[in-house]
Amino acid sequence: MASRMEVLKSAVERVLGDKVVSAKIALGELTIVCKSVNVTEAMTTLRDHPELAFEQCIDVCGMDYSTYQDQPQDGLRFAVVYHLLSLTHNTRLRVRVFAEDDDFPVVPSVVEIWNTANWFEREAFDLFGIIFEGHPDLRRILTDYGFVGHPFRKDFPLSGHVEMRYDAAQQRVIYQPVTIEPREITPRIIREENYGG
Amino acid sequence: MADIRNYTLNFGPQHPAAHGVLRLVLELDGEVVQRADPHIGLLHRGTEKLAESKTFIQSLPYMDRLDYVSMMCNEHAYCLAIEKLAGIEVPERAQYIRVMFAEITRILNHLLWIGAHSIDIGAMTMFLYAFREREDLMDCYEAVSGARLHAAYFRPGGVYRDLPDSMPQYKASKIRNAKEIARLNETRKGSMLDFIEDFTNRFPACVDDYETLLTDNRIWKQRTVGIGVVTPERAKNLGMTGPMLRGSGIAWDLRKMQPYDVYDRMEFDIPVGVTGDCYDRYLVRVEEMRQSNRIIQQCVKWLKANPGPVITDNHKFAPPSREDMKSNMEELIHHFKLFTEGMHVPEGEAYAAVEHPKGEFGIYLVSDGANKPYRLKIRAPGYAHLASLDEMSRGHMIADVVAIIGTQDVVFGEIDR
Repeated sequence: MASRMEVLKSAVERVLGDKVVSAKIALGELTIVCKSVNVTEAMTTLRDHPELAFEQCIDVCGMDYSTYQDQPQDGLRFAVVYHLLSLTHNTRLRVRVFAEDDDFPVVPSVVEIWNTANWFEREAFDLFGIIFEGHPDLRRILTDYGFVGHPFRKDFPLSGHVEMRYDAAQQRVIYQPVTIEPREITPRIIREENYGG
Repeated sequence: MADIRNYTLNFGPQHPAAHGVLRLVLELDGEVVQRADPHIGLLHRGTEKLAESKTFIQSLPYMDRLDYVSMMCNEHAYCLAIEKLAGIEVPERAQYIRVMFAEITRILNHLLWIGAHSIDIGAMTMFLYAFREREDLMDCYEAVSGARLHAAYFRPGGVYRDLPDSMPQYKASKIRNAKEIARLNETRKGSMLDFIEDFTNRFPACVDDYETLLTDNRIWKQRTVGIGVVTPERAKNLGMTGPMLRGSGIAWDLRKMQPYDVYDRMEFDIPVGVTGDCYDRYLVRVEEMRQSNRIIQQCVKWLKANPGPVITDNHKFAPPSREDMKSNMEELIHHFKLFTEGMHVPEGEAYAAVEHPKGEFGIYLVSDGANKPYRLKIRAPGYAHLASLDEMSRGHMIADVVAIIGTQDVVFGEIDR
């Protein structure tokens, strides 16, 4: 298994050349990092090159690294993680692309390359506010009609900002600021190395 | 002569054929679909966000509530992801139990699918037959975990407990006399494995029954043959997995290609379709039920012969036994830490996928070393399948949309998450 990943790693590095910023094998999975300017070109090569042949895009997922390890981060905040699958070679690849601007994250769309990315990108836009340039129909998908904000960002509270109730006086459903207190039953803890032996 | 007008039709979210809360905006030319725009998210609960504020073990029961007709398969992917990150060894017996229950779950899912799909397109009887067999398997769920649906039985490192030695029995009541009860309890006299073995012996005949009702049925064929055809190239590009991909003729099954747990020791075949229409996908799923039955038989045989532990003895991830906890200081501390603080999964990221009854169900888990996941992404097969509804239903009649929704086997628990 490990040697197969090594072979794949060298093939990816050879074919994509300097488009690969870094490549790492961990837990039997290969992760490469690409620059967002190269995404369209790199992804097309990954799909069409006979040695790689990643015909399927299994998943596109947004990431917000702003509170990683509860430390202030000096790197970029938003990333998009693609999981590719090659049916021909029975291999998987993870591609991470960071959005260059934290305030207005933009990444090129891969809908033209894999049509399945359409809804996955809409989801990442909805939940993280990452804009996919060239997406044919970038609407919200999972949240409610007229929802404000991007709920999966780390600075969005778990209990949200507004709640909905029926107002008898106005005889309609109204939105109002949330009235419940957020509570944390089990605190989030990161232990130092070799804690407890 | 009246002119034909274009309609925009709202289908669902309260339509019985919408399989839950699908809202579909259909643009019609007469009765022909021009464009289908599914509106989803009506069941969005933010499972992934909730998981970020729960310890690893606390979010396990959420997995049951994703695809609520194949509960244990969801847990399976979640456990595999944690085990991969933490490097936990799973005892062999636990792996067999998991494979057996994953296949029981597959049969449960396909039985519900065949019942719901056929009732959608006019074959009422199938629903009753399918639920008769589901009842037996639901009893197995209940016997092993105490719950008929949301089992929370698979745990990181194994399963919650060993298989029970006895099956629960029916009791006489107003509506059933003693003779009838004795007949119902006949197969429940022995252990749970005996009950499952008996089930696997009679199940192939049940599948034959379903096939006599449907496979050569003229109405069934009129409603499914040539409907929603997907070519292999499009199936790949649209991210289809599972029976949707195999129905188009691609022999791809994660249980064979990237085996997890003890699937590499199981003997089974992968059925594939030829034309990629609804009828082929029906045949694929029916054959999968037979193959799952085969796998269950092999597991039962092995499990009867090989007792052993069913959860890892690494007490950083799995609780110690009650007895040890009461007599051993270290185990008491382990128990306390595990249930107050939770397990710490090492920093890193992992993607674990299982061959879920509906397709590839994946969990992408990012941990920063805390007792809670940093990010959990659920890759639901139904999400990619429903996204292709627009392409699959274009040019078909409105009644065929119902057949296509049925063949995609959508469940909103996993699509909306």
